[in-house]
Amino acid sequence: MGAFRMPSLGADMDEGTVIEWLVKPGDQVHRGDIVAVVDTAKSAVEVECFETGAVGEILVPAGEKVPVGTPLAMIGAGPAPPPTPPTPLTTPPGGVTGVAAGKSAKPRRPATPAHPPPASPPVRTFAAQAGVDLATVHGTGRGGAITRADVQRAAQSAAAVPAEPQPGRARVSPYARRLAAERGIGLPATPGELVRARDLPGGNGEAKAPPPPAAPAARHDESMRQAIAALMARSKREIPHYYLTATIDLHTAIEWLTAYNRTVPVTARVLPAALLLKAAARAAVRVPELNGHWIDGAFRPAAEVRLGVAVALRGGGLLTPAISGADTLTVPDLMTRLRELVGRARGARLRASDLAEPTITVTNLGDLGVESVHGVIYPPQVALLGFGAVAERPWAVDGLLGVRPLVTATLSADHRASDGAVGARFLHTIDTLLQTPEEL
Amino acid sequence: MKTTYREACREALRDALTRDDRVFLMGEDVGAYGGCFAVSLGLLEEFGPERVRDTPLSESAFVGAGIGAALGGLRPVVEIMTVNFSLLALDQILNNAATLLHMSGGQLNVPLVIRMTTGAGRQLAAQHSHSLEGWYAHIPGLRILAPATLEDARGMLWTALQDPDPVLLFEHGTLYGMSGELDDDAGPVDIDRAAVRRPGTDVTVVAYGGTLGTALDAADDLAGTGIDAEVIDLRTLRPLDMPTVLGSVARTHRLVVVDEGWRSGSLSAEIAARVAEEALYELDAPIERVCTAEVPIPYAKHLEEAALPRRDDVVAAARRAVG
Repeated sequence: MGAFRMPSLGADMDEGTVIEWLVKPGDQVHRGDIVAVVDTAKSAVEVECFETGAVGEILVPAGEKVPVGTPLAMIGAGPAPPPTPPTPLTTPPGGVTGVAAGKSAKPRRPATPAHPPPASPPVRTFAAQAGVDLATVHGTGRGGAITRADVQRAAQSAAAVPAEPQPGRARVSPYARRLAAERGIGLPATPGELVRARDLPGGNGEAKAPPPPAAPAARHDESMRQAIAALMARSKREIPHYYLTATIDLHTAIEWLTAYNRTVPVTARVLPAALLLKAAARAAVRVPELNGHWIDGAFRPAAEVRLGVAVALRGGGLLTPAISGADTLTVPDLMTRLRELVGRARGARLRASDLAEPTITVTNLGDLGVESVHGVIYPPQVALLGFGAVAERPWAVDGLLGVRPLVTATLSADHRASDGAVGARFLHTIDTLLQTPEEL
Repeated sequence: MKTTYREACREALRDALTRDDRVFLMGEDVGAYGGCFAVSLGLLEEFGPERVRDTPLSESAFVGAGIGAALGGLRPVVEIMTVNFSLLALDQILNNAATLLHMSGGQLNVPLVIRMTTGAGRQLAAQHSHSLEGWYAHIPGLRILAPATLEDARGMLWTALQDPDPVLLFEHGTLYGMSGELDDDAGPVDIDRAAVRRPGTDVTVVAYGGTLGTALDAADDLAGTGIDAEVIDLRTLRPLDMPTVLGSVARTHRLVVVDEGWRSGSLSAEIAARVAEEALYELDAPIERVCTAEVPIPYAKHLEEAALPRRDDVVAAARRAVG
């Protein structure tokens, strides 16, 4: 049996609410099945499990809010065990996950009280072996330090409350630790035993999201507003933005699109937005200095392009789900993904995989008629590209004045990570790519 | 064409002497004797005593002369018999060749190439068998090359001569007799990047120079047991091409470094440290190092073999890493 835990669905998420369980004890589930709907500050997300087996007990009932990493249910091989009374979960100060006694791995950092009585590492080890909670021991050593003798006395004293034996910190490889954190799964560690990537639920592979069943939409207006407020304020506080604007002639692109759309059914028609996104994704590959994150005072280029798409919600608010590998999708495929993504975002049915951290984000407010967008970068990304409306305007071509469909592209970029010349190259690349739409 | 590492080195020298009349070769016994490892055999007859110069047994003097010649506009190739004896010229290499550009405020380049033999495995005992290239890779201002293949033996010299700053080429003594196929039109190669000599998915084995063959042999053994090792040849020891190493570790999540230097403070330590600094969260197992035992290289054959990184040591390290 392994613990299915509250996943982390974003860098800024530290707790979540179980809105709904889609399975019950005794159900058989497979890796990748959607088992629950979790409410984050921003939206309801369908959460996949990484194990195959029978659902054991549900540890956190729907409606409860718990920190990331808290075991929500037990899932494992073999028949489901008989339900046992649920173990109360404790959340010690500092928001550290409690441990379902004897069942799940230790949290990454053992919870420490605000002022732990001083005790040397060997004494700590001894106390853990003896099952003595140091918080209950009176220290007689120098400065109130707990000595080995104090622990021995506490272990023999009937008054001492024996704690669960605290085994040592699980030995987990850095790579396995990182994968577990990325997938929002706990470490299936029997402490003391070595855990590597292959021991994780899901092994070394990537999880795939199955088609989602319907999930209830929840109202997030207030918490989403707060989340956006915090993030955008941080962006403007920390990121020295610079802005570059370029007007792009879409004459060729729109002609090509019109010709293409004549050949497909109405439902498959492609909007100019798909061309713009594709050009942006391809440009992000060619100008990698803008595709990545600013972390700990350094720019970390990303290995692929996960294109964030800012989606305005009907009831107000904003989500930025990501399209992974946007540079490799064909324009029609990108259009399909965009439609699905906007639908899921507005229906508050985003999947965990939609919420992968984007490496660069595009905001397109053209349908609202604005000419240009000078956007605010989503930390820790280093660039945000804004497209205004595609509109027919007078434009000089080869010394003659004509009427052309134009779009204004505005790049907001992090001046810590790049300089204006890089941004200019990025916008110029987008322009160049859009002049040969058949190659996009 | 069928050729040897020794002949590839000679062909590189012949090519350089032919192409650029500023190039000349000097060192102990490079002329009349044909080089103590027979690399320059026949070059004296072909190019004459001005271009192929025998020197007295004085490493400090002839390396210093090479630095002076380079400052004066020539393109000297200085041969030092073995890296053990290069220590006599360390003052010239470190205090002059590597620092003059800096101390002259960027006015004085030293376009010098120094070739020397390194490494053990030929029962030449402690004074002729050490692998000290890692020490030289510690020095800013030098570029350190370690050709491990026929292509690199043939191609690195000319590229090194194009470098305006001092370059040290370390030829592993056991490689001279290595024979194989080399393209008839083989020519200069880049000296900026490490090479993946064998792609694999389970463990990255980093090696260079004399240990590349050991690593490739070990990879063959591992393949028989279902472990797919990726073997990387560093080629350039300073500056290290870390992106290639880190990229490989990001694919395999495990690292074994093979280095004929002594373990403590060796080049293998630098690589391990950089991977720990820059790719800790890619590592699924502790980094393994296979180095030379920390003893003066023994003369006795079985002891010498026991002291050096062996095929079985690399196999065992890779197995531990894969777990």
